Amino acid sequence: MEILVILVPLALMLGGAGLVAFLWSLRSGQYDDLDGAAWRAIADDEPPQEAPAKR
Amino acid sequence: MQVTRDFSHYVRDAGEGLRHIDLAVEGVHCAGCMAKIERGLSAIPDVTLARVNLTDRRVALEWKAGTLDPGRFIDRLEELGYKAYPFETESAEVAEVAESRFLLRCLGVAAFATMNVMMLSIPVWSGNVSDMLPEQRDFFHWLSALIALPAAAYAGQPFFRSAWRALSAKTTNMDVPISIGVILALGMSVVETIHHAEHAYFDAAIMLLTFLLVGRFLDQNMRRRTRAVAGNLAALKAETAAKFIGPDEISQVPVAAINPGDIVLLRPGERCAVDGTVIEGRSEIDQSLITGETLYVTAEQGTPVYAGSMNISGSLRVRVSAASEATLLAEITRLLDNALQARSRYMRLADRASRLYAPVVHATALLTILGWVLAGASWHDAIVTGVAVLIITCPCALGLAIPTVQTVASGAMFKAGVLLNAGDAIERLAEADHVIFDKTGTLTLPELEVMNAADIPADVFELAGRLALSSHHPVAAAVAQAAGAKSPILSAVEEAGQGVRATVDGLELRLGRPSFCGAEALVASALVDPEASIVAFSKGSEKFILSVRQGLRPDAKAVIAALKARNIGIEILSGDREPAVKAAAQSLDIPEWRAGVTPADKIARIEELKRRGAKVLMVGDGMNDAPSLAAAHVSMSPISAAHLSQATADLVFLGRPLAPVVAAIDASRKALHLMRQNLWLAIGYNVLAVPVAISGVVTPLIAAAAMSGSSILVMLNSLRARSASREIV
Repeated sequence: MEILVILVPLALMLGGAGLVAFLWSLRSGQYDDLDGAAWRAIADDEPPQEAPAKR
Repeated sequence: MQVTRDFSHYVRDAGEGLRHIDLAVEGVHCAGCMAKIERGLSAIPDVTLARVNLTDRRVALEWKAGTLDPGRFIDRLEELGYKAYPFETESAEVAEVAESRFLLRCLGVAAFATMNVMMLSIPVWSGNVSDMLPEQRDFFHWLSALIALPAAAYAGQPFFRSAWRALSAKTTNMDVPISIGVILALGMSVVETIHHAEHAYFDAAIMLLTFLLVGRFLDQNMRRRTRAVAGNLAALKAETAAKFIGPDEISQVPVAAINPGDIVLLRPGERCAVDGTVIEGRSEIDQSLITGETLYVTAEQGTPVYAGSMNISGSLRVRVSAASEATLLAEITRLLDNALQARSRYMRLADRASRLYAPVVHATALLTILGWVLAGASWHDAIVTGVAVLIITCPCALGLAIPTVQTVASGAMFKAGVLLNAGDAIERLAEADHVIFDKTGTLTLPELEVMNAADIPADVFELAGRLALSSHHPVAAAVAQAAGAKSPILSAVEEAGQGVRATVDGLELRLGRPSFCGAEALVASALVDPEASIVAFSKGSEKFILSVRQGLRPDAKAVIAALKARNIGIEILSGDREPAVKAAAQSLDIPEWRAGVTPADKIARIEELKRRGAKVLMVGDGMNDAPSLAAAHVSMSPISAAHLSQATADLVFLGRPLAPVVAAIDASRKALHLMRQNLWLAIGYNVLAVPVAISGVVTPLIAAAAMSGSSILVMLNSLRARSASREIV
């Protein structure tokens, strides 16, 4: 049962990390435009502006 | 005359030498538009941010201060095919957004705590039936308390605050039993844990908060979205006027910056944004938006003009008597606040029920305790059972029943091109059994169309279209659009109030009044539609006439038939002249119509129908319709409508087709059906669960399963509202 000493804090830390990530994403405005974000995920990348001359 | 556009009213300082402006954009609806706009705007040098918000249909722009004129963004968007308007965020919307974020934060905290407490509860539940040591159980309970207590203190704030407000006003609401239930459950669990008991209810209490917060957040989010749509509508309407800032220098300013006494220029084809008096010039004006009358009125020196009139032929100088826009905007804001506060009737019903609910629940819990004591149980066991009753009766599914359906249904309507302007529109629309249509701009399209284009040789029509490009007259604009003309004839000259002329390949071309083109004889001999405007076109000695009028919406007939199939009564009430209304009614096969109706008559007719027990849906767009829209049981306006009527309408529909009217009725009927179903589900759950709780066999496991089971059932049921938008017409 000593394993609990490791597992319980580990579980809480993982959960806490999830919560912090959620709060961060909320603060940085990632939930402001859910419709747009859904489309952005599948939109094509912008074409490269100018290909650098050297290879 | 020099014209400048002044956007300083809308530009904000974004810090670090950057300027920021928000634009509301019309017609953005897909990923393609989003990429096109962002690329198009980012290509302008010195633009540091161009980001589209597809949900709110806005663009945020930032650029280096002093390098660019914001007007350039609007021009660029116009080139890309989008109309954009500068946008000012209302303080009310800011507050809604902040509230929405706060609820989401609470929800995040509560969900985190629920998951972790549940992770600790499941070992306890399985350990209770096997070989868990009491010390281990206590350890897990203390850990649960460590997570659940602070999380509940934070995430419970929306409920505790609202309950406290209600209690200090000496009333109760749904949040009072919720708060009492949560606090008692947590308090009892702490006491039980101290006494090394088998059961603790930390998981039930925090899970309850999570589900309730989901309902609150959805409800709040819908309000925020409604508010954003309304904000865009306010921005999309022409809110600028050409103000004289010197003897012949004009600045295009937002109407908010115009004061009584200022002089504004009203060019042909422009809609007047202020009330005032003409001081110079002569023109015909179209007041159909205000009076419903489609015949033009002549305006000259001394004629009063009102906000919403369209200037047709000549330029007018107008002295502003009331910066009516200011009062109109205030009016819109006021109406919107009313609409948003008139929350869903079922929501109010739920609030009323909660006033009954709280005493009933608390009495039941008390009776349970006393009953068990009388039956010989110990005080401790009796109190634990009483608290279990409180937990299990907490209105978890009830709190989700309405907001989830509303959210899903309004999303479905949004896709069908209908925007909700009022919180309780869905329920009222579902009850509508009689539809009154206004004619002008509602059954007909707001723009003019050339009716006899097929009778004219294609090359002649194209030439007429190119010539028409040189005129500002709205009829000419309609000809140009119908002909699909792109390149104007460079040598064209416009003669105010007469028409345009040009010489091409030695032939003189003229487009305008029949007399201007020498085509009176042709007009007199032709059979002419009484409500159409006639334009003549001459090419050398060849003469043609074009008849221009507002055409019916393309699917109007199908929509009327679909409404009839749904057993909904239909009639037309129009302020327009009899021949025009009669023609429209006949072509749409509507037997009941009235022409030349004043706004007061419209209200009288609606009241009469109300007395007969009909629930009237009024569909109209003019400013003259605003009172009748407000008087009807529920109302709808096309997006082209005048400010005021749009603000009064419960729903607004987009685009050329009329089909959204039917789609909205179908979606709302389905939504109402689902709301009722959900309420029964929630009530049924309580009816089943309460006896179980009273009998004292509810373990934390049963409480958690019952609560999450009923909430998920209600949410899944709500998702069925999504399919409502498919069967249009």
